[in-house]
Amino acid sequence: MSTEIEKEETTKKWSTDRGYLYIREDYCKGCGYCIEFCPQEVLEESEEFNEKGYHPPKPKAIDKCVNCGFCGKICPDFAIWDEKEDSNE
Amino acid sequence: MTTELKQKEEVKPELTTAEHPATKYLREERLPHIWCSGCGLGSAVTSLTNAYEKLEIPVDDIGVVSGIGCAGRAAGYFETDSYHTTHGRAIPFATGLKLSNPEMNVTVFSGDGDLFAIGGNHFIHAARRNVDMTVICVNNYNYGMTGGQFGPTTPRGATATTSPYGNYESPFNLPDLAASAGAIYVARWTTVHARRIQQAMEDALSKKGFSFVEILSPCPTGYGRKNDLGEGIDELKSYQNRCVIKHGSDPGEAEIVRDPEAEIVVGKFVDTDRPTYCDIADEYLKGEK
Ligand code: SF4
Ligand code: SF4
Ligand code: SF4
Repeated sequence: MSTEIEKEETTKKWSTDRGYLYIREDYCKGCGYCIEFCPQEVLEESEEFNEKGYHPPKPKAIDKCVNCGFCGKICPDFAIWDEKEDSNE
Repeated sequence: MTTELKQKEEVKPELTTAEHPATKYLREERLPHIWCSGCGLGSAVTSLTNAYEKLEIPVDDIGVVSGIGCAGRAAGYFETDSYHTTHGRAIPFATGLKLSNPEMNVTVFSGDGDLFAIGGNHFIHAARRNVDMTVICVNNYNYGMTGGQFGPTTPRGATATTSPYGNYESPFNLPDLAASAGAIYVARWTTVHARRIQQAMEDALSKKGFSFVEILSPCPTGYGRKNDLGEGIDELKSYQNRCVIKHGSDPGEAEIVRDPEAEIVVGKFVDTDRPTYCDIADEYLKGEK
């Protein structure tokens, strides 16, 4: 009983000053938490719908992202997170 | 002009198969989860995985136990040893798990209805015995999964499917209950306090004994809609305005009232130590007492 699932390239990866920001649009349920609580106002709602009918976030000012990681902690749907360039994992 | 154009070109994303770091502890094939848009349960799960990761607890050393309800679904998403038990019985199950496998890091992740209505008796006795486990209660003030009935934490006056004229019962104040029953660690945060929750979970997981973390969570579908609280984001903004951090304060003064302007006390109420159930049992069974 293998639980391996074929992985698709569904995640968008953006370069930031200190690393990367990832948005997995198909998981997003459009709650807006990442947009509202990002301390740097990096994000905005996109106009496009995802397959669930929600508007996922998109960066409006990716250069302002400081990789604080808060979006990845507050997102209830594992749909946005960051990675610092110097981190091991 | 040209620099503007250049900047626009630079922000093009790359497509990857990368996944949220929380998924290291989760069963990917069961995601996305079933919780509603804006539900705080997913944020609480992320905080727990972050805490496991920070403490470097291997997946194989963790047991996550849930009861029934929206929060009860959590156990099914964990790639650790995980048990989705019968209604209200997460704690007795977790107690058995701990006694048979004392090395296991046992976490109970469940909701207010499951842990404090049908499971209320188990909660107080596990706290009294100081069984070494971490209990995380995601409190959404109602039975969300079954359609929004009032439960043991619904504030007085709040509307629920079964309290159309306003709830006239008196709710439990969970930190006070946990402290009175003997928990050695008691904290309360809300899902807007993502960093604080993670810290509290790290503290609670590191303690030897019965630790308790209450997480106040938006439930836009059940409690929020019936009480005109708006979307999940409005509930989180209201937590930002209402919460006052009072570490070490008397949990007896931390009750939650319905008034949307009233203060909500959050923070760490109890952080102490006393011998655990297993420690004491060992002493007696070895004839040292
Ligand atoms: S990592 Fe921090 S600054 Fe960057 S988008 Fe997320 S919340 Fe905003
Ligand atoms: S917090 Fe997560 S689910 Fe909510 S809008 Fe942002 S990416 Fe989507
Ligand atoms: S009913 Fe409430 S608690 Fe249940 S998943 Fe929906 S928002 Fe979350």
